[in-house]
Amino acid sequence: MSAFLLLLRRELALAWGRGGGPLLALTFYAAIVTLLPLAAGSDPARLAVIAPGVSWLALALSSLLSLERLFERDFEDGALDLLALGPAPLEAVGAAKALAQFLANGAPLAVATPLAAILLGAPVSLAPLAFAAALIGGLAFAFTGGLGAALALGSKRGGLLVAVIVLPLFAPPVIFGAGALQAMAIGLPWAPGFLLLAAYAAGAVALAPLAMAAACRNALG
Amino acid sequence: MIESLSVRALSVRRGERLLFAAFDLEVKAGEAVALVGRNGAGKTSLLRAIAGLLLPEAGTVAFAGKAGALEADEARARGLHLLGHQDGLKSARTAGEELDFQARWTGGSQASAAEAARMLDLTPLLGLDVRRLSAGQRRRLALARLAASPRPLWLLDEPLAPLDAARREQAGELMTRHLADGGLILAAVHDPLPIPARTVEIGA
Repeated sequence: MSAFLLLLRRELALAWGRGGGPLLALTFYAAIVTLLPLAAGSDPARLAVIAPGVSWLALALSSLLSLERLFERDFEDGALDLLALGPAPLEAVGAAKALAQFLANGAPLAVATPLAAILLGAPVSLAPLAFAAALIGGLAFAFTGGLGAALALGSKRGGLLVAVIVLPLFAPPVIFGAGALQAMAIGLPWAPGFLLLAAYAAGAVALAPLAMAAACRNALG
Repeated sequence: MIESLSVRALSVRRGERLLFAAFDLEVKAGEAVALVGRNGAGKTSLLRAIAGLLLPEAGTVAFAGKAGALEADEARARGLHLLGHQDGLKSARTAGEELDFQARWTGGSQASAAEAARMLDLTPLLGLDVRRLSAGQRRRLALARLAASPRPLWLLDEPLAPLDAARREQAGELMTRHLADGGLILAAVHDPLPIPARTVEIGA
């Protein structure tokens, strides 16, 4: 456990600095949300209808940003060898990396999501659910994203590959999360979508570390 | 912990090419082995196969302690240092942060990291970002990790290449001390090691 915490602290310090860290993700998020009214027209009624969906689309895209470097940098500079020969198994290494990615990127984006939805015209009463769903969705994004990052290890132009691997895995949380928000906005029961989102996140947290470790072993060997 | 390493009938293939086949090696506590061979003979691959990072095509790598054979994964996770071509140091972090993390990750402590830094004259560099260090300084920082955490088996890949004569001597003292404590050293080298070592050729 202490090894896990030691590694988590290091990963957090790296994630904070990795390509601008949370600031970059937040700026990117703000840019997408700002571009939308320019592209789709500024009619408030129309924007309000698509606000929950757009806030989730921006969330998914912003979660992709720093994934490429999650394992790649350690792979390139030899640190992954060191991590593989430590007291914690590679599964724990993958989990620590994904968790740090969530804390440094997913959590700040979850704070931004309700703000963006409200700015686009969604009712303020949606904010608590928007925050909770983005927080849980961020966990799913970080762990499935980590899986994609590990699978793309060692390939040229890995960033693009990560996006291609990961976006299909991002589809279920986007469907469930944005669906729950839409349902609440029009007065339908939102719990089913929210619970499915939580179940997907739990599955990702449980299973992705196993796959990350296998992908890392494959890349090292 | 690890008292002996035995490699039996090891074959390693990289892609289409068979690097070496039926390679045998025995290293005992207190012994240093210099692994020599032409470029591309498989020295690095052998070290990585012993460390468990690379799956050999055939053969076994076994570790034994005082009480007999050790479970290989456990022995690797607690008893082995691999110092490769790359030192795994993050250029954006300070030398002190990196040494501290690497030492503690491999079983050392903050105090042992500071002590190792002092031993290798690295203390004045600890506040600098790793990117400001020279190749030799980075290698000494990586060597300090070995000194800072007590793991018996050292697998070294060209450990002295970027070091000047005085620093090689210093690294030699570090190795001598490790051997005196019952450590094992297997080093892939082109230049001779600064300590008495048995030479084993690979891919002859």
